Amino acid sequence: MRRLKLERVGWIFMRVSGFFLIALIFTHLIVNVMQDGGVHAIDFAFVAGKLANPMWQWFDVTLLWLALIHGTNGMRVVIEDYVYRVKLKRFLLGGLAVSTTMLIVLGTLVIFTLDPCPTGAAASLLPSFCTAG
Amino acid sequence: MVATVTRKSRTVIAGTLYRGHEGMWSWVLHRITGIAIYFFLLVHVLDTATLRISPEVYNGVLGAYKTPIMGLGEAGLVGAIVFHALNGLRIILVDATKWGTRLQRQMFYVVLVLWTLLMAGFLPRHLINVFTGGAE
Repeated sequence: MRRLKLERVGWIFMRVSGFFLIALIFTHLIVNVMQDGGVHAIDFAFVAGKLANPMWQWFDVTLLWLALIHGTNGMRVVIEDYVYRVKLKRFLLGGLAVSTTMLIVLGTLVIFTLDPCPTGAAASLLPSFCTAG
Repeated sequence: MVATVTRKSRTVIAGTLYRGHEGMWSWVLHRITGIAIYFFLLVHVLDTATLRISPEVYNGVLGAYKTPIMGLGEAGLVGAIVFHALNGLRIILVDATKWGTRLQRQMFYVVLVLWTLLMAGFLPRHLINVFTGGAE
């Protein structure tokens, strides 16, 4: 019964997070891959400049958490569909949980602790506001 | 009240639910695109994390994405994301509406048409960026 409830939560989460992920990822792609020179315009100055803005910090952290949990739950379903050997299944599910936890922690720390103007870096590589003052 | 609809059935084969029809292919594609996107996501969090090392290292890592081969890979990735997004909306409609199951087949073709339109808007712009924008 408890198991059923959890599956139901997962089922609802996939629909709700999926709906929001569409808006988040399409925005992410338009801003990063379609504007200006597309991928060629992405460098430290561009990303650090974005992440100096709290709006983009919260946008990216929401995207990170929703995408990783959505993707991880999807992979869990795939593993449970195809892997019957108990030990292998436990190993894969454990690895999935560990890697997702590490990536969520790592990504969240990067988003909130990134220094857009690290000392000692060449000014040409930094966002323009680093040298403006 | 559920009315029982009786009509002359054209059922050709039975057996399993999934036998090469739209329902099966949408499910297969949803699964394959989902797995592909998941593995890209793992790499993408790690490459973004190199921001924290230094601007030089991050720009070096990102340089790997700016090659024509990766550009084609990105086209494939965006194609996968767009399909997964549109078919995900179809799944939500199938689950959440009364008419969704009845029209799931038609909605699969709507997904394919919208996918084609969105990719027709994205691909030229992206490919021009990939093959001409990168004079660095």
